[in-house]
Amino acid sequence: MSEKSYTYMNPYAAGIFLGVVLFASFALFGHGLGASGSVAIATGVATDAIAPGHVEGNAYLVNLVRQQDNPLDNWLVFEIIGVILGGLVSGALGGRVRKETFHGPRIDDKKRLLLAVLGGAVAGFGVRMSRGCTSSQALSGGAVLSAGSWAFMFSVFAGAYMTAYFVRKQWY
Amino acid sequence: MFPLNIETQLGHIWLNVFYVVIGFGFGFALERAGFGNARVLAAQFYLRDMRVLKVMFTAIVTAMLLVFWGSQLGIVDYRALFINPTHLWPGIVGGVIFGAGFVVGGYCPGTAIVSMATLKLDGALFIVGLALGMFVFGETVEHFRAFWDSSGFLGEVTLMDWLGLSTGVVVLAVVAMALAMFWAAEKVERYFASRTRQDP
Repeated sequence: MSEKSYTYMNPYAAGIFLGVVLFASFALFGHGLGASGSVAIATGVATDAIAPGHVEGNAYLVNLVRQQDNPLDNWLVFEIIGVILGGLVSGALGGRVRKETFHGPRIDDKKRLLLAVLGGAVAGFGVRMSRGCTSSQALSGGAVLSAGSWAFMFSVFAGAYMTAYFVRKQWY
Repeated sequence: MFPLNIETQLGHIWLNVFYVVIGFGFGFALERAGFGNARVLAAQFYLRDMRVLKVMFTAIVTAMLLVFWGSQLGIVDYRALFINPTHLWPGIVGGVIFGAGFVVGGYCPGTAIVSMATLKLDGALFIVGLALGMFVFGETVEHFRAFWDSSGFLGEVTLMDWLGLSTGVVVLAVVAMALAMFWAAEKVERYFASRTRQDP
């Protein structure tokens, strides 16, 4: 990818915007934002469709799929529909909706996509271990001053900084 | 008085409509911030562009102050809000693993969804990876169930409980820490900008 004109919003202004949305979530629903939960539900539903009965043996997914009649009737699913629409509209306004793969000049698309799956899998395991991601733990728990959420947040930065050196060729 | 109870007041359908609206704002803010782009996110961990830190901590401070002032004015019931329970060790171990996955994969779950929404293939494949990792977690969690359930479990503790400080002091400390980090972030960015200019 060559250096195109990816101009984004001032980060502090974007942060205030995001913070107001986060507060609105607390004011309306009593809880903050979430992202990884929707992927967990999708994973459970997909597993159940591909291998019927298998979720019964999967100690984590079974709770997501069997808790109610329709596992998709969950706030996380509706919120993510909104996230997709909001991201799409913002991207369209900024002229950024196009098929592409982000990486540095020293690796190709194929390697980058492999690393995306690998990193996603590592993050997916970690996020279930920590019971939430950057949205539900760091942002939401951080804003209401949960002690565990702050410990999680600093651990995420620590893990990323410790690993960055080994994948530097992917980005620069 | 906040939080509202939309489900009993307006019904289940309206509750879901509000979730779509809030999600829209969330996705819009993430994309505007540049978080649909893995290079922007990864730059944080090479100290080239500190957007992730700036956006995250500005958002946390903004929401925290609105909750704090709201509860001072008696319009927000802080104790009725969901406070993530603290499972200290699984949170720390999971956080480190998650952070490693973040810089290898280039995204976190929310940003990957926004990236996918704007047709980025790496974002879409990161989500495929997330699903695989979650599946493996569910398959293996019984081997470390005791650790996951109870290691460092403290319940709904806040920083105030943990540090034995008043809410006002903690809020002030978080704001001060954020401002110090923003100041440092600007310095670091200027340092790297001047260094790359000197390169041929």
